[in-house]
Amino acid sequence: MTAALWALVQAGLFVAAAPLLLGWVKWLKCLLQNRAAPPLRQPYRDLARLFRKQPVLAKNASWLFRFTPYGVFGATVAAAALVPLLTLATPGAQLGDIIVLVGLLALGRTFTALAGMDIGTAFGGMGASREMAVSAFTEPAMLMAIFTLTMTAASTNLASAITHILEQGFILRPSFTFALLGLMMVAVAETSRIPVDNPATHLELTMLHEAMVLEYSGRHLALLDWAAHIKFMIFAVLIIDLFLPWGIAADLSAGTMAIAIAALLLKLTMLAITLVAAETVLAKMRLFRVPEYLNLAFLLSLLGLLSHVILEVA
Amino acid sequence: MTLNQLSLDQQAVLMLAAMVLFTAFAMLAQRNLFTIISIFAWQGLLLALTTVLVANISDQSHLYFSALLTAALKAFFIPWLLRRLVAQLGLTREAEPAFNITVILLIAAALVVFSYYIVLPVEALATDLTRNTIAVGLAVLLLGMLMLITRRKAINQVIGFMTMENGLFFTAVAATYGMPMVVELGIAFDVLVAAVLFGVFFFHIRSSIDSLDVDRLNRLSEEEK
Repeated sequence: MTAALWALVQAGLFVAAAPLLLGWVKWLKCLLQNRAAPPLRQPYRDLARLFRKQPVLAKNASWLFRFTPYGVFGATVAAAALVPLLTLATPGAQLGDIIVLVGLLALGRTFTALAGMDIGTAFGGMGASREMAVSAFTEPAMLMAIFTLTMTAASTNLASAITHILEQGFILRPSFTFALLGLMMVAVAETSRIPVDNPATHLELTMLHEAMVLEYSGRHLALLDWAAHIKFMIFAVLIIDLFLPWGIAADLSAGTMAIAIAALLLKLTMLAITLVAAETVLAKMRLFRVPEYLNLAFLLSLLGLLSHVILEVA
Repeated sequence: MTLNQLSLDQQAVLMLAAMVLFTAFAMLAQRNLFTIISIFAWQGLLLALTTVLVANISDQSHLYFSALLTAALKAFFIPWLLRRLVAQLGLTREAEPAFNITVILLIAAALVVFSYYIVLPVEALATDLTRNTIAVGLAVLLLGMLMLITRRKAINQVIGFMTMENGLFFTAVAATYGMPMVVELGIAFDVLVAAVLFGVFFFHIRSSIDSLDVDRLNRLSEEEK
Protein backbone atom coordinates (compact mmCIF):
# COMPACT_ATOMS: atom_id res chain seq x y z
CA MET A 1 0.00 0.00 0.00
CA THR A 2 2.74 2.43 0.94
CA ALA A 3 4.55 1.46 -2.23
CA ALA A 4 1.54 2.41 -4.34
CA LEU A 5 1.31 5.66 -2.43
CA TRP A 6 4.96 6.35 -3.14
CA ALA A 7 4.37 5.68 -6.82
CA LEU A 8 1.64 8.32 -6.85
CA VAL A 9 3.80 10.76 -4.88
CA GLN A 10 6.66 10.16 -7.28
CA ALA A 11 4.56 10.79 -10.37
CA GLY A 12 2.94 13.83 -8.76
CA LEU A 13 6.30 15.23 -7.80
CA PHE A 14 7.53 14.66 -11.33
CA VAL A 15 4.65 16.61 -12.84
CA ALA A 16 4.79 19.36 -10.24
CA ALA A 17 8.54 19.86 -10.32
CA ALA A 18 8.90 19.99 -14.11
CA PRO A 19 8.21 23.76 -14.42
CA LEU A 20 10.63 24.37 -11.57
CA LEU A 21 13.40 22.58 -13.45
CA LEU A 22 12.70 24.69 -16.52
CA GLY A 23 12.65 27.85 -14.43
CA TRP A 24 15.92 26.89 -12.87
CA VAL A 25 17.57 26.19 -16.23
CA LYS A 26 16.40 29.60 -17.41
CA TRP A 27 17.68 31.24 -14.23
CA LEU A 28 21.06 29.59 -14.68
CA LYS A 29 21.22 30.62 -18.32
CA CYS A 30 20.46 34.24 -17.45
CA LEU A 31 23.16 34.13 -14.79
CA LEU A 32 25.69 32.86 -17.31
CA GLN A 33 24.73 35.50 -19.86
CA ASN A 34 24.79 38.42 -17.42
CA ARG A 35 21.09 39.07 -17.66
CA ALA A 36 18.56 39.73 -14.91
CA ALA A 37 16.96 36.35 -14.25
CA PRO A 38 13.23 35.81 -13.80
CA PRO A 39 12.29 34.33 -10.41
CA LEU A 40 12.27 30.55 -10.15
CA ARG A 41 8.50 30.44 -9.81
CA GLN A 42 8.00 32.29 -13.12
CA PRO A 43 6.93 29.17 -15.08
CA TYR A 44 4.28 28.48 -12.43
CA ARG A 45 3.02 32.05 -12.67
CA ASP A 46 2.85 31.77 -16.44
CA LEU A 47 0.90 28.54 -16.20
CA ALA A 48 -1.47 30.00 -13.57
CA ARG A 49 -2.09 33.06 -15.72
CA LEU A 50 -2.85 30.93 -18.77
CA PHE A 51 -5.18 28.69 -16.76
CA ARG A 52 -7.19 31.74 -15.65
CA LYS A 53 -7.61 33.03 -19.20
CA GLN A 54 -10.41 32.04 -21.50
CA PRO A 55 -9.28 29.95 -24.46
CA VAL A 56 -10.04 31.35 -27.89
CA LEU A 57 -10.91 28.85 -30.61
CA ALA A 58 -10.93 29.34 -34.35
CA LYS A 59 -14.32 28.88 -36.01
CA ASN A 60 -13.27 25.84 -37.95
CA ALA A 61 -11.54 24.12 -35.05
CA SER A 62 -12.62 20.49 -34.82
CA TRP A 63 -12.85 18.29 -31.74
CA LEU A 64 -9.29 17.22 -32.41
CA PHE A 65 -8.04 20.71 -31.76
CA ARG A 66 -9.84 20.87 -28.41
CA PHE A 67 -8.87 17.36 -27.41
CA THR A 68 -5.15 17.65 -28.26
CA PRO A 69 -4.01 19.56 -25.14
CA TYR A 70 -5.61 16.95 -22.90
CA GLY A 71 -4.33 14.07 -25.02
CA VAL A 72 -0.79 15.43 -25.08
CA PHE A 73 -0.81 16.22 -21.38
CA GLY A 74 -2.21 12.81 -20.53
CA ALA A 75 0.32 10.94 -22.68
CA THR A 76 3.19 12.96 -21.23
CA VAL A 77 2.08 12.46 -17.63
CA ALA A 78 1.71 8.73 -18.30
CA ALA A 79 5.23 8.70 -19.73
CA ALA A 80 6.49 10.60 -16.67
CA ALA A 81 4.90 8.04 -14.36
CA LEU A 82 6.98 5.31 -16.05
CA VAL A 83 10.31 6.93 -15.30
CA PRO A 84 11.69 6.19 -11.83
CA LEU A 85 12.44 9.54 -10.25
CA LEU A 86 13.43 8.58 -6.72
CA THR A 87 12.81 4.89 -6.19
CA LEU A 88 12.73 1.64 -8.10
CA ALA A 89 10.53 -0.11 -5.56
CA THR A 90 7.12 1.01 -6.79
CA PRO A 91 4.54 -1.39 -8.18
CA GLY A 92 4.40 0.57 -11.44
CA ALA A 93 8.08 -0.16 -12.08
CA GLN A 94 7.15 -3.41 -13.83
CA LEU A 95 5.24 -1.39 -16.41
CA GLY A 96 8.10 1.00 -17.06
CA ASP A 97 9.19 -0.24 -20.45
CA ILE A 98 11.42 2.10 -22.44
CA ILE A 99 9.75 1.33 -25.75
CA VAL A 100 6.37 2.18 -24.23
CA LEU A 101 7.90 5.43 -23.06
CA VAL A 102 9.08 6.30 -26.57
CA GLY A 103 5.64 5.31 -27.89
CA LEU A 104 3.81 7.57 -25.44
CA LEU A 105 5.99 10.50 -26.42
CA ALA A 106 5.31 9.73 -30.09
CA LEU A 107 1.58 9.67 -29.34
CA GLY A 108 1.79 13.16 -27.87
CA ARG A 109 3.71 14.34 -30.89
CA THR A 110 1.17 12.87 -33.30
CA PHE A 111 -1.62 14.81 -31.63
CA THR A 112 0.35 18.06 -31.65
CA ALA A 113 1.14 17.67 -35.33
CA LEU A 114 -2.47 16.87 -36.24
CA ALA A 115 -3.75 19.82 -34.23
CA GLY A 116 -1.19 22.05 -35.90
CA MET A 117 -2.76 21.22 -39.26
CA ASP A 118 -6.35 21.22 -37.97
CA ILE A 119 -6.96 24.96 -38.13
CA GLY A 120 -5.47 25.24 -41.58
CA THR A 121 -3.08 28.10 -40.95
CA ALA A 122 0.23 28.12 -42.77
CA PHE A 123 2.33 28.11 -39.61
CA GLY A 124 0.61 25.12 -38.09
CA GLY A 125 1.14 22.99 -41.17
CA MET A 126 4.72 24.13 -41.55
CA GLY A 127 5.49 23.43 -37.91
CA ALA A 128 3.85 20.01 -38.13
CA SER A 129 5.84 19.04 -41.20
CA ARG A 130 9.08 20.20 -39.61
CA GLU A 131 8.34 18.42 -36.36
CA MET A 132 7.64 15.19 -38.22
CA ALA A 133 10.80 15.56 -40.30
CA VAL A 134 12.86 16.04 -37.16
CA SER A 135 11.19 13.16 -35.35
CA ALA A 136 11.90 10.86 -38.29
CA PHE A 137 15.56 11.41 -37.46
CA THR A 138 15.36 11.49 -33.68
CA GLU A 139 13.37 8.33 -33.10
CA PRO A 140 15.81 5.88 -34.73
CA ALA A 141 18.71 7.55 -32.95
CA MET A 142 16.94 7.42 -29.61
CA LEU A 143 15.86 3.82 -30.01
CA MET A 144 19.36 2.83 -31.11
CA ALA A 145 20.85 4.44 -27.98
CA ILE A 146 18.25 2.73 -25.83
CA PHE A 147 18.83 -0.64 -27.48
CA THR A 148 22.53 -0.32 -26.64
CA LEU A 149 21.61 -0.03 -22.98
CA THR A 150 19.00 -2.72 -23.03
CA MET A 151 21.38 -5.15 -24.73
CA THR A 152 23.75 -4.71 -21.81
CA ALA A 153 21.01 -5.11 -19.26
CA ALA A 154 19.12 -7.75 -21.27
CA SER A 155 15.81 -6.04 -20.53
CA THR A 156 13.80 -3.15 -21.89
CA ASN A 157 12.27 -2.58 -18.50
CA LEU A 158 13.62 0.62 -17.00
CA ALA A 159 13.71 -0.54 -13.40
CA SER A 160 15.43 -3.84 -14.13
CA ALA A 161 17.89 -2.19 -16.51
CA ILE A 162 18.82 0.31 -13.80
CA THR A 163 19.11 -2.46 -11.20
CA HIS A 164 21.42 -4.37 -13.54
CA ILE A 165 23.65 -1.32 -14.08
CA LEU A 166 23.76 -0.69 -10.32
CA GLU A 167 24.71 -4.30 -9.61
CA GLN A 168 27.58 -4.20 -12.09
CA GLY A 169 29.18 -1.25 -10.35
CA PHE A 170 31.31 1.26 -12.16
CA ILE A 171 32.58 -0.06 -15.48
CA LEU A 172 34.08 2.02 -18.24
CA ARG A 173 31.83 1.12 -21.16
CA PRO A 174 32.51 2.56 -24.61
CA SER A 175 28.97 1.74 -25.66
CA PHE A 176 27.44 3.73 -22.81
CA THR A 177 29.58 6.75 -23.58
CA PHE A 178 28.41 6.83 -27.17
CA ALA A 179 24.81 6.10 -26.24
CA LEU A 180 24.93 8.91 -23.69
CA LEU A 181 26.22 11.40 -26.25
CA GLY A 182 23.67 10.25 -28.81
CA LEU A 183 20.80 10.40 -26.35
CA MET A 184 21.82 13.86 -25.17
CA MET A 185 21.81 15.16 -28.73
CA VAL A 186 18.42 13.57 -29.32
CA ALA A 187 17.10 15.05 -26.08
CA VAL A 188 18.14 18.52 -27.18
CA ALA A 189 16.25 18.08 -30.44
CA GLU A 190 13.19 16.48 -28.83
CA THR A 191 12.78 19.12 -26.18
CA SER A 192 13.24 21.89 -28.77
CA ARG A 193 16.28 23.54 -27.23
CA ILE A 194 19.21 25.30 -28.88
CA PRO A 195 20.79 24.44 -31.33
CA VAL A 196 17.82 22.70 -32.95
CA ASP A 197 15.05 25.04 -31.89
CA ASN A 198 14.89 28.09 -29.69
CA PRO A 199 12.17 27.90 -27.06
CA ALA A 200 12.34 31.62 -26.35
CA THR A 201 11.44 33.01 -29.77
CA HIS A 202 8.47 33.08 -32.09
CA LEU A 203 10.42 33.82 -35.23
CA GLU A 204 8.43 32.21 -38.00
CA LEU A 205 11.41 31.16 -40.11
CA THR A 206 12.96 29.00 -37.47
CA MET A 207 10.39 27.77 -35.02
CA LEU A 208 9.45 24.13 -34.80
CA HIS A 209 7.40 23.36 -31.74
CA GLU A 210 6.04 26.87 -31.25
CA ALA A 211 4.68 26.96 -34.80
CA MET A 212 2.34 24.05 -34.11
CA VAL A 213 0.88 25.46 -30.91
CA LEU A 214 0.65 29.01 -32.20
CA GLU A 215 -3.16 28.93 -32.35
CA TYR A 216 -3.60 27.77 -28.79
CA SER A 217 -4.53 30.05 -25.91
CA GLY A 218 -5.76 29.94 -22.35
CA ARG A 219 -5.86 26.66 -20.51
CA HIS A 220 -5.14 24.70 -23.70
CA LEU A 221 -1.84 26.49 -24.10
CA ALA A 222 -1.11 26.06 -20.39
CA LEU A 223 -1.54 22.29 -20.69
CA LEU A 224 0.65 22.12 -23.79
CA ASP A 225 3.36 24.21 -22.14
CA TRP A 226 3.22 22.13 -19.02
CA ALA A 227 3.47 18.95 -21.12
CA ALA A 228 6.57 20.41 -22.81
CA HIS A 229 8.09 21.07 -19.37
CA ILE A 230 7.35 17.52 -18.29
CA LYS A 231 8.87 16.16 -21.48
CA PHE A 232 12.04 18.11 -20.79
CA MET A 233 12.19 16.64 -17.30
CA ILE A 234 11.52 13.11 -18.64
CA PHE A 235 14.59 13.32 -20.84
CA ALA A 236 16.72 14.77 -18.06
CA VAL A 237 15.67 12.11 -15.56
CA LEU A 238 15.93 9.34 -18.16
CA ILE A 239 19.54 10.26 -18.95
CA ILE A 240 20.35 10.44 -15.25
CA ASP A 241 18.60 7.14 -14.48
CA LEU A 242 20.32 5.22 -17.22
CA PHE A 243 23.83 6.61 -17.13
CA LEU A 244 24.29 7.80 -13.54
CA PRO A 245 21.86 5.68 -11.54
CA TRP A 246 23.89 5.75 -8.35
CA GLY A 247 21.89 7.02 -5.40
CA ILE A 248 18.43 6.00 -6.61
CA ALA A 249 16.48 4.31 -3.80
CA ALA A 250 16.07 0.55 -4.06
CA ASP A 251 13.63 0.40 -1.13
CA LEU A 252 11.30 2.83 0.60
CA SER A 253 13.01 3.56 3.91
CA ALA A 254 13.40 7.20 4.90
CA GLY A 255 17.19 7.12 4.80
CA THR A 256 17.56 5.85 1.23
CA MET A 257 14.82 8.23 0.09
CA ALA A 258 16.72 11.19 1.55
CA ILE A 259 19.86 10.05 -0.25
CA ALA A 260 17.86 9.59 -3.46
CA ILE A 261 16.48 13.13 -3.26
CA ALA A 262 19.90 14.61 -2.59
CA ALA A 263 21.48 12.57 -5.40
CA LEU A 264 18.72 13.54 -7.82
CA LEU A 265 19.14 17.24 -7.06
CA LEU A 266 22.90 17.00 -7.48
CA LYS A 267 22.65 15.12 -10.77
CA LEU A 268 19.97 17.41 -12.19
CA THR A 269 22.18 20.36 -11.26
CA MET A 270 25.11 18.87 -13.11
CA LEU A 271 23.02 18.08 -16.16
CA ALA A 272 21.45 21.55 -16.20
CA ILE A 273 24.85 23.21 -15.98
CA THR A 274 26.05 21.12 -18.93
CA LEU A 275 22.97 22.03 -20.94
CA VAL A 276 23.17 25.72 -20.12
CA ALA A 277 26.86 25.90 -20.93
CA ALA A 278 26.23 24.20 -24.28
CA GLU A 279 23.32 26.51 -25.07
CA THR A 280 25.36 29.58 -24.24
CA VAL A 281 28.25 28.54 -26.44
CA LEU A 282 26.22 27.31 -29.41
CA ALA A 283 24.04 29.28 -31.77
CA LYS A 284 20.85 27.96 -33.25
CA MET A 285 21.65 26.13 -36.45
CA ARG A 286 19.94 26.51 -39.76
CA LEU A 287 16.96 24.25 -40.18
CA PHE A 288 18.59 22.46 -43.09
CA ARG A 289 21.57 21.55 -40.94
CA VAL A 290 19.34 19.81 -38.39
CA PRO A 291 19.32 16.49 -40.31
CA GLU A 292 23.13 16.51 -40.28
CA TYR A 293 23.13 17.10 -36.54
CA LEU A 294 20.67 14.28 -35.99
CA ASN A 295 22.62 12.03 -38.35
CA LEU A 296 25.57 12.53 -36.04
CA ALA A 297 23.36 11.56 -33.10
CA PHE A 298 22.30 8.46 -34.98
CA LEU A 299 25.90 7.66 -35.85
CA LEU A 300 26.93 7.96 -32.20
CA SER A 301 24.14 5.66 -31.11
CA LEU A 302 25.03 3.20 -33.85
CA LEU A 303 28.68 3.26 -32.79
CA GLY A 304 27.49 2.59 -29.25
CA LEU A 305 25.66 -0.48 -30.48
CA LEU A 306 28.61 -1.64 -32.59
CA SER A 307 31.14 -1.13 -29.83
CA HIS A 308 28.89 -3.07 -27.50
CA VAL A 309 28.88 -6.01 -29.88
CA ILE A 310 32.53 -5.79 -30.88
CA LEU A 311 34.27 -4.79 -27.69
CA GLU A 312 32.07 -5.85 -24.80
CA VAL A 313 30.31 -9.09 -25.58
CA ALA A 314 32.88 -11.51 -26.94
CA MET B 1 34.44 -12.82 -20.84
CA THR B 2 32.68 -9.77 -19.50
CA LEU B 3 33.92 -6.32 -18.75
CA ASN B 4 33.87 -7.12 -15.03
CA GLN B 5 36.95 -9.26 -15.37
CA LEU B 6 39.04 -6.53 -16.95
CA SER B 7 41.11 -4.08 -14.95
CA LEU B 8 40.31 -0.39 -15.26
CA ASP B 9 43.34 0.03 -17.55
CA GLN B 10 42.05 -2.64 -19.90
CA GLN B 11 38.59 -1.10 -19.86
CA ALA B 12 40.23 2.18 -20.77
CA VAL B 13 41.98 0.53 -23.73
CA LEU B 14 38.60 -0.66 -25.02
CA MET B 15 37.22 2.83 -24.45
CA LEU B 16 40.08 4.35 -26.43
CA ALA B 17 39.54 1.78 -29.17
CA ALA B 18 35.96 2.96 -29.52
CA MET B 19 37.10 6.58 -29.56
CA VAL B 20 39.69 5.90 -32.28
CA LEU B 21 36.89 4.33 -34.31
CA PHE B 22 34.78 7.41 -33.71
CA THR B 23 37.52 9.73 -34.98
CA ALA B 24 37.71 7.66 -38.16
CA PHE B 25 33.95 8.13 -38.61
CA ALA B 26 34.18 11.83 -37.80
CA MET B 27 36.82 12.32 -40.48
CA LEU B 28 34.56 10.71 -43.06
CA ALA B 29 31.69 12.96 -42.01
CA GLN B 30 33.62 16.20 -42.21
CA ARG B 31 33.89 18.52 -45.18
CA ASN B 32 36.16 21.19 -43.77
CA LEU B 33 39.81 20.37 -44.37
CA PHE B 34 41.11 22.03 -41.21
CA THR B 35 38.64 20.12 -39.07
CA ILE B 36 39.69 16.87 -40.71
CA ILE B 37 43.31 17.61 -39.87
CA SER B 38 42.37 18.40 -36.25
CA ILE B 39 40.48 15.13 -35.95
CA PHE B 40 43.48 13.35 -37.40
CA ALA B 41 45.65 14.95 -34.72
CA TRP B 42 43.22 13.79 -32.04
CA GLN B 43 43.39 10.30 -33.45
CA GLY B 44 47.15 10.40 -33.13
CA LEU B 45 46.85 11.54 -29.53
CA LEU B 46 44.40 8.72 -28.75
CA LEU B 47 46.83 6.25 -30.31
CA ALA B 48 49.63 7.56 -28.12
CA LEU B 49 47.40 7.28 -25.04
CA THR B 50 46.52 3.70 -25.94
CA THR B 51 50.19 2.91 -26.31
CA VAL B 52 50.94 4.35 -22.86
CA LEU B 53 48.14 2.30 -21.31
CA VAL B 54 49.24 -0.88 -23.07
CA ALA B 55 52.81 -0.24 -21.96
CA ASN B 56 51.51 0.09 -18.43
CA ILE B 57 49.49 -3.13 -18.64
CA SER B 58 52.15 -5.25 -20.33
CA ASP B 59 55.24 -3.81 -18.60
CA GLN B 60 57.03 -3.26 -21.88
CA SER B 61 59.07 -0.15 -21.43
CA HIS B 62 59.91 0.31 -25.10
CA LEU B 63 56.24 1.06 -25.72
CA TYR B 64 56.59 4.30 -23.75
CA PHE B 65 59.15 5.43 -26.27
CA SER B 66 56.84 4.38 -29.08
CA ALA B 67 54.02 6.37 -27.48
CA LEU B 68 56.21 9.44 -27.29
CA LEU B 69 57.16 9.06 -30.93
CA THR B 70 53.51 8.61 -31.94
CA ALA B 71 52.40 11.67 -30.02
CA ALA B 72 55.18 13.81 -31.43
CA LEU B 73 54.71 12.69 -35.02
CA LYS B 74 51.03 11.96 -35.46
CA ALA B 75 49.48 14.35 -32.99
CA PHE B 76 51.72 17.36 -33.57
CA PHE B 77 54.25 17.28 -36.38
CA ILE B 78 52.27 15.79 -39.28
CA PRO B 79 49.09 17.77 -38.53
CA TRP B 80 51.22 20.91 -38.31
CA LEU B 81 52.85 20.07 -41.62
CA LEU B 82 49.48 19.41 -43.26
CA ARG B 83 47.98 22.63 -41.89
CA ARG B 84 50.90 24.59 -43.23
CA LEU B 85 50.53 22.93 -46.62
CA VAL B 86 46.82 23.69 -46.72
CA ALA B 87 47.49 27.31 -45.89
CA GLN B 88 50.25 27.55 -48.51
CA LEU B 89 48.10 25.95 -51.17
CA GLY B 90 45.22 28.23 -50.28
CA LEU B 91 42.74 25.43 -49.69
CA THR B 92 41.08 26.96 -46.66
CA ARG B 93 37.58 25.98 -47.53
CA GLU B 94 36.84 22.90 -49.52
CA ALA B 95 33.40 21.93 -50.58
CA GLU B 96 33.66 18.39 -51.80
CA PRO B 97 30.37 16.94 -52.91
CA ALA B 98 31.90 13.87 -54.53
CA PHE B 99 29.60 11.47 -52.67
CA ASN B 100 26.71 11.86 -50.32
CA ILE B 101 28.19 11.91 -46.81
CA THR B 102 25.26 10.01 -45.29
CA VAL B 103 25.75 7.19 -47.80
CA ILE B 104 29.47 7.11 -47.03
CA LEU B 105 28.73 6.85 -43.30
CA LEU B 106 26.33 3.98 -43.88
CA ILE B 107 28.97 2.19 -45.93
CA ALA B 108 31.41 2.87 -43.10
CA ALA B 109 29.07 1.29 -40.56
CA ALA B 110 28.72 -1.74 -42.84
CA LEU B 111 32.52 -1.96 -43.07
CA VAL B 112 32.75 -2.06 -39.27
CA VAL B 113 30.32 -4.97 -39.16
CA PHE B 114 32.25 -6.65 -41.98
CA SER B 115 35.58 -6.34 -40.17
CA TYR B 116 34.02 -7.68 -37.00
CA TYR B 117 32.80 -10.71 -38.92
CA ILE B 118 36.19 -11.24 -40.58
CA VAL B 119 38.08 -11.02 -37.32
CA LEU B 120 35.92 -13.47 -35.35
CA PRO B 121 38.06 -16.57 -36.16
CA VAL B 122 41.25 -14.63 -35.40
CA GLU B 123 39.89 -13.60 -32.05
CA ALA B 124 39.05 -17.19 -31.22
CA LEU B 125 42.77 -18.00 -31.41
CA ALA B 126 44.01 -14.98 -29.47
CA THR B 127 44.30 -15.17 -25.72
CA ASP B 128 44.93 -11.70 -24.35
CA LEU B 129 42.04 -9.80 -22.87
CA THR B 130 42.03 -6.88 -25.27
CA ARG B 131 41.84 -9.05 -28.38
CA ASN B 132 38.48 -7.50 -29.29
CA THR B 133 40.35 -4.46 -30.46
CA ILE B 134 41.62 -6.31 -33.56
CA ALA B 135 38.25 -5.72 -35.20
CA VAL B 136 38.47 -2.02 -34.41
CA GLY B 137 41.95 -1.81 -35.86
CA LEU B 138 40.83 -3.50 -39.06
CA ALA B 139 37.77 -1.25 -39.21
CA VAL B 140 39.90 1.89 -38.91
CA LEU B 141 42.09 0.55 -41.70
CA LEU B 142 39.07 -0.01 -43.93
CA LEU B 143 37.61 3.39 -43.07
CA GLY B 144 40.91 5.00 -44.04
CA MET B 145 40.70 3.13 -47.32
CA LEU B 146 37.12 4.33 -47.78
CA MET B 147 38.33 7.88 -47.29
CA LEU B 148 41.06 7.28 -49.84
CA ILE B 149 38.46 6.08 -52.34
CA THR B 150 35.68 8.60 -51.81
CA ARG B 151 37.68 11.82 -51.54
CA ARG B 152 38.92 13.55 -54.61
CA LYS B 153 41.40 16.04 -53.24
CA ALA B 154 44.95 14.81 -52.78
CA ILE B 155 45.30 16.08 -49.20
CA ASN B 156 42.24 14.19 -48.06
CA GLN B 157 43.60 11.07 -49.69
CA VAL B 158 46.86 11.47 -47.83
CA ILE B 159 44.95 11.75 -44.56
CA GLY B 160 43.02 8.62 -45.50
CA PHE B 161 46.31 6.86 -46.11
CA MET B 162 47.66 7.97 -42.75
CA THR B 163 44.45 6.79 -41.10
CA MET B 164 45.05 3.35 -42.58
CA GLU B 165 48.52 3.39 -41.04
CA ASN B 166 46.98 4.43 -37.72
CA GLY B 167 44.65 1.45 -37.90
CA LEU B 168 47.57 -0.91 -38.45
CA PHE B 169 49.54 0.66 -35.63
CA PHE B 170 46.56 0.46 -33.31
CA THR B 171 46.10 -3.25 -34.06
CA ALA B 172 49.79 -3.90 -33.46
CA VAL B 173 49.77 -2.08 -30.12
CA ALA B 174 46.44 -3.10 -28.65
CA ALA B 175 46.26 -6.68 -29.84
CA THR B 176 49.86 -7.86 -29.77
CA TYR B 177 51.49 -5.38 -27.38
CA GLY B 178 53.54 -3.66 -30.03
CA MET B 179 56.06 -4.61 -32.65
CA PRO B 180 59.83 -4.88 -32.18
CA MET B 181 61.41 -1.51 -31.67
CA VAL B 182 63.31 -1.59 -34.96
CA VAL B 183 60.12 -2.10 -36.94
CA GLU B 184 58.33 0.67 -35.07
CA LEU B 185 61.16 3.11 -35.65
CA GLY B 186 61.22 2.19 -39.32
CA ILE B 187 57.47 2.74 -39.72
CA ALA B 188 57.54 6.03 -37.87
CA PHE B 189 60.34 7.23 -40.09
CA ASP B 190 58.50 6.02 -43.20
CA VAL B 191 55.38 7.92 -42.23
CA LEU B 192 57.41 11.03 -41.60
CA VAL B 193 59.14 10.81 -44.96
CA ALA B 194 55.83 10.04 -46.67
CA ALA B 195 54.28 13.17 -45.16
CA VAL B 196 57.13 15.34 -46.39
CA LEU B 197 57.14 13.74 -49.85
CA PHE B 198 53.39 14.14 -50.19
CA GLY B 199 53.86 17.80 -49.43
CA VAL B 200 56.31 18.11 -52.31
CA PHE B 201 53.97 16.16 -54.57
CA PHE B 202 51.04 18.44 -53.80
CA PHE B 203 52.95 21.33 -55.28
CA HIS B 204 53.95 19.30 -58.31
CA ILE B 205 50.41 18.07 -58.93
CA ARG B 206 49.07 21.55 -58.61
CA SER B 207 51.64 23.14 -60.86
CA SER B 208 50.99 20.58 -63.60
CA ILE B 209 47.17 20.43 -63.52
CA ASP B 210 46.25 23.64 -61.65
CA SER B 211 44.26 21.69 -59.08
CA LEU B 212 44.57 19.07 -56.39
CA ASP B 213 41.61 17.17 -57.77
CA VAL B 214 43.22 13.86 -58.68
CA ASP B 215 40.39 12.91 -61.03
CA ARG B 216 41.91 15.35 -63.46
CA LEU B 217 45.05 13.28 -63.61
CA ASN B 218 43.06 10.72 -65.59
CA ARG B 219 42.49 13.03 -68.50
CA LEU B 220 44.86 12.69 -71.36
CA SER B 221 44.17 15.86 -73.25
CA GLU B 222 44.31 19.32 -71.80
CA GLU B 223 41.06 20.49 -73.30
CA GLU B 224 37.78 19.89 -71.56
CA LYS B 225 35.60 17.44 -73.43
